[in-house]
Amino acid sequence: MSGVYVLGIDMMKFGRFPDRTVPQLGAEAALMALDDARVTIQQVQAVYCGNIGEANAMVGQRVLHQIGQTGVPVVNCANACATGATAFREAWVAIRAGLYDVALAVGVEQMGRGLLGGGAKAGGISTEGLLGSGTMPAVFGEAGLEHTRKHGTTFEQFAKVSVKNHHHSTLNPKAMYQLETPLETVMGAEMIAYPNTKLMCSVNVDGAAAAVLVSERKARELGLARAVRVKASVLTSDPWQARDLVLPDVSTCTRNAAAQAYEMAAIGPGELDLVELHDCFATAELLHYENLGLCDDGQAGRLIDEGETALGGRIPVNVSGGLLSKGHPLGATGIANIYEVCTQLRGEAGKRQVAGARIGLTHVIGLGSACGVHVLERVAQAS
Amino acid sequence: MSSEAERSGPLPVVPFLKLPPGAEPYLEGHACGECEAVFLGARTVCSRCGARDRMETRRLADVGTLHTYSIVHRSFPGIEVPYVSAVVDLEGGGCVKGNLIGVEPDPEKIALGMRVQVVYGDALGRKDRDGNAYTSYFFEPRAAADGSAR
Repeated sequence: MSGVYVLGIDMMKFGRFPDRTVPQLGAEAALMALDDARVTIQQVQAVYCGNIGEANAMVGQRVLHQIGQTGVPVVNCANACATGATAFREAWVAIRAGLYDVALAVGVEQMGRGLLGGGAKAGGISTEGLLGSGTMPAVFGEAGLEHTRKHGTTFEQFAKVSVKNHHHSTLNPKAMYQLETPLETVMGAEMIAYPNTKLMCSVNVDGAAAAVLVSERKARELGLARAVRVKASVLTSDPWQARDLVLPDVSTCTRNAAAQAYEMAAIGPGELDLVELHDCFATAELLHYENLGLCDDGQAGRLIDEGETALGGRIPVNVSGGLLSKGHPLGATGIANIYEVCTQLRGEAGKRQVAGARIGLTHVIGLGSACGVHVLERVAQAS
Repeated sequence: MSSEAERSGPLPVVPFLKLPPGAEPYLEGHACGECEAVFLGARTVCSRCGARDRMETRRLADVGTLHTYSIVHRSFPGIEVPYVSAVVDLEGGGCVKGNLIGVEPDPEKIALGMRVQVVYGDALGRKDRDGNAYTSYFFEPRAAADGSAR
């Protein structure tokens, strides 16, 4: 089995691009990643493309129609918000299996504004607001208050996640927003679904990110100076839980994925220098501190209170600004997370650089459910 | 309420809500005879243990505890807000989501873990394209539910 490296990776600045097509956005990121890797589309042996909105419409092939129809195999993936990570992982699987030396993973999404989940169903009557809510802010509100019930976590502690991540995004020119949001602004913003205010909900944006993955042999041939080693790639689904049918469980599949990833990477969470995790709502981030083993169960509130997960803290989380402020183009998010960690490990993160970052972890959750975790490691010695 | 329901013939809002003629409505679960996992809605295979053809219908309790909730202030057009979306563990098994009523939509007034009663009533006036009315279920704090039918 071959080791697998990220040779090139990039993302476009997230925003709203109603005048462009999904393949155009994907193509932009793909070209950026190819340039970063200093390879051409002719060297790419397989393409894995993640997108949700046009999942039945051959987005990967249409990206190649924009940048080079080389006839290589193309696989289109949809796995809810784990879509981009799934595309990345499929490329990893194929290279690790020895099928290819160079593969391209693309994640792309074009989104409308507004609520996700809980829409009208065909036939009968809408049950939204009748049998509770299926909207994502409410679902993650419920997940947050489950943590409150167990550990006493407060609205203010959840809100602090947004203060932190919005602050981080002021240092990231590729984030959708670069705005400070003080605690009283976050807590006083329009309440969407308690305890999530509008500023505690991720931003629907358009965007794309892409990565060139290569075998160890190819990495040595093309140069390891900026390469990042994939130490672990894990995908899990949701094991049966008693409340599955009404309360999606984002914790168990994350815990399972984290345990497998740490074992595969032969590290513990204490060896991580930074984490990009799935802060689709502020409530979710605190759950995942514990799910990923960044602290003991019940300690997530303390972690955010004491600034341990802020840039400069013990274990910085979502220094990119996270989904809350960088934005959450569903199919692109999983690769954008990996871009952030690779950029940090390469020491190229500018004002938001985590000093001396050597190992980082990325995490995404697709409700339904899919959890993708990757552990990435710097190859070159620090200069 | 149930006699009125019979006359107008409302439909159940979900298949696991049962409206037996001349009797009280109830929620129905499908329990695995092998591992006791409880599901909402008919099925033949247990997704917990994989047992096939061991599902048995079970009348679920109409009392439970509030596991968690969210107070929804923003929803889709035409849906009245705020409302409390509640996740309730029923006594003896089964977990159901629904609106928590009979309590102010205020976190200060809603106690996690409190006992709730399942109550039944019209589906907030919602009708389908053919004009059919529906019966739904709701949760009420147990104390408020005592001695009143909703």
